[in-house]
Amino acid sequence: MKYKLIYTLFILTVAFLIGNSFIIENPYFKISSKDVKLKIPKGFPKPLYSFKKNKLKADIFILGRKLFYDNILSKDNSVNCGTCHQRIAAFAHIDHKLSHGIYAKIGTRNVPALQNLIWKDAYMWDGGVNNLEVQPINPITSPIEMDETLENVITKIKRDTTYVKLFKKAYKDTLINSERILKSLAQFTGLMISANSRYDKFMRKQDTFSIAEKNGLALFRAKCESCHKEPLFTDNSYRNNGIKLDSSLNDFGRGKLTEIEKDYRTFKVPGLRNIERTYPYMHDGRFKTLKEVIAHYSNAASHDQGSDSLIKKIGVLNTQEKKELHAFLLTLTDLEFLLDRRFADPNGLQY
Amino acid sequence: MKKFIHSFLYMAILGVAMSFSGKPEKMSLPLSVTFHHYAGNELLKLDSAIYKNELGQTFTISKFKYYISNLHFKTADGKDLSINETFLINEDEEDSKKMVLKNLPAWDYTSLEFIIGVDSLHNCSGAQSGSLDPINAMYWAWNTGYIFLKLEGHSPSSKSPGNFFEYHIGGYKQPNNCIRKVNLNISNKITARNLDLKVNILELFRSPTTIDFEKLSSVTDHRNAVTFADNYSNMFEVLKK
Ligand code: HEC
Ligand code: HEC
Repeated sequence: MKYKLIYTLFILTVAFLIGNSFIIENPYFKISSKDVKLKIPKGFPKPLYSFKKNKLKADIFILGRKLFYDNILSKDNSVNCGTCHQRIAAFAHIDHKLSHGIYAKIGTRNVPALQNLIWKDAYMWDGGVNNLEVQPINPITSPIEMDETLENVITKIKRDTTYVKLFKKAYKDTLINSERILKSLAQFTGLMISANSRYDKFMRKQDTFSIAEKNGLALFRAKCESCHKEPLFTDNSYRNNGIKLDSSLNDFGRGKLTEIEKDYRTFKVPGLRNIERTYPYMHDGRFKTLKEVIAHYSNAASHDQGSDSLIKKIGVLNTQEKKELHAFLLTLTDLEFLLDRRFADPNGLQY
Repeated sequence: MKKFIHSFLYMAILGVAMSFSGKPEKMSLPLSVTFHHYAGNELLKLDSAIYKNELGQTFTISKFKYYISNLHFKTADGKDLSINETFLINEDEEDSKKMVLKNLPAWDYTSLEFIIGVDSLHNCSGAQSGSLDPINAMYWAWNTGYIFLKLEGHSPSSKSPGNFFEYHIGGYKQPNNCIRKVNLNISNKITARNLDLKVNILELFRSPTTIDFEKLSSVTDHRNAVTFADNYSNMFEVLKK
């Protein structure tokens, strides 16, 4: 009788331990040190954000991932970074023209994709943020995004025993401050690297292109490359790409920050990777499809007066050219990045 | 044997003592720089005291905070001791007004140079802690950069709601660079390892540009910031006793 009890307890304990280890050690969400190695893809330039003062470490990345997907960063615990930045959309927001934040408030700009961020010299459509680490202060403290203060975030995190343990593991002591929160987030977002699209494989001679795709690439190089420079598909400059001012938003882009005449109505040239998934397009999400985008570039009559001289050079594209350009843009979809388990919501709640 | 140990110990102590006193040059002691906030010749008093600008407009001050960075203590014979740190000085926090610098050689310093603000490197260095923690509310997130100086208060002349005025001055990029260098002659001014500086807030409203509360009651980005920066560069002097 007594042995039976001990035996049952033993079995239960073993079962509990096995069960538990399944929850904690779900291999899909497991991050090991080799998952957080920075590998510069072949042909990519040197990154502008180096992790030198923010040494990559599995436990810091895990902390950054938890923060990214945690509503704790918003005032009423309703919004997290992943609410606006969806993995299936290369961390843009599918089918939302303007961002949707806390209290169902509508923002003023389209959510950009988060990818290859460490090659950017500035962030946001207007380049107002000069370092990846400090970018999250904007959504966290914006009254229409997360409406929280850094002080409150720290207080809430300090009260949460899971976080206290994670910080200890990541940083080896108990200090919890804004610097650590921001640096952890930067490890998570900084490693979002897209470099395995069919285009990349074609360039590495691991895949072939159809004739249409090849023609599309040639067209792209002739008409678009001057701003959307390979392999990142941006030269990091600010341009007016010919779209007219939306007077309901009056977004003057870069000019609003610098108040320099030539900067008015210019926006940072976006990288075009995963463009198939990041619709709608432009800083205000005005175009729903790539077809509309291509039609815009091809239709000089619709262009804004202040558009860049390189836009004026594009000229009219015929139906076949439009199709080819479209076919090429679709080769920029990087399924390996879109399905990369390292960036999945560890709570399994969001795509 | 005992005697031997004794004399050995004695020699050891003497040796250690000598290594300390042998080179007085290397003697390093803490030195403090104290910032005394004034409005003209009176010590600044938040909220209650009423002051007047050059135009005769009255006002009170409710907040006064600023950054001081990159101190250089220089001697007549060309020695330059630099302290590449940033200090946040806040009228509301007594401790912040006394900057304690550890391990400064006891040389005869003749000049002190520092910048008002935060240098461009630290404006671009990402997440930082201590005095540069964005939690100190001296930070612009949407157009990254530190606010170098915050001065807020009330004036019946201000047309803003509640007669409020606020001047948040910052910016590290041309043409809106608000970093200003200050150079003070401090020959024989350090007494008992302390240097007393006078910071006169009236200078902020005076020269070279007279600030009219009616015309300009709010500066919260680069617009008009340089005007204030040029004014605040005259704000510091060595306190006369
Ligand atoms: C309410 C929706 C929303 C939330 C929540 C949100 N973002 Fe964003 N994010 C945006 C929008 C919109 C932009 C573009 C803003 C602009 O250009 O003014 C953006 C831009 C960015 C950028 C710059 C991308 C680039 O290429 O310039 C990064 C990085 C980023 N967000 C990370 C985060 C992180 C980390 C969080 C969580 C702390 C977060 N975001 C929360 C909507 C959101
Ligand atoms: C003069 C520089 C320039 C040229 C040339 C140019 N673009 Fe752009 N492109 C931009 C800028 C700037 C934006 C962002 C504009 C905005 O949001 O206001 C942009 C946006 C886009 C977008 C939307 C990206 C997103 O994430 O919303 C696509 C797609 C695009 N361009 C494709 C092309 C194609 C295809 C060509 C060639 C036919 C081309 N571009 C030529 C500067 C340029």
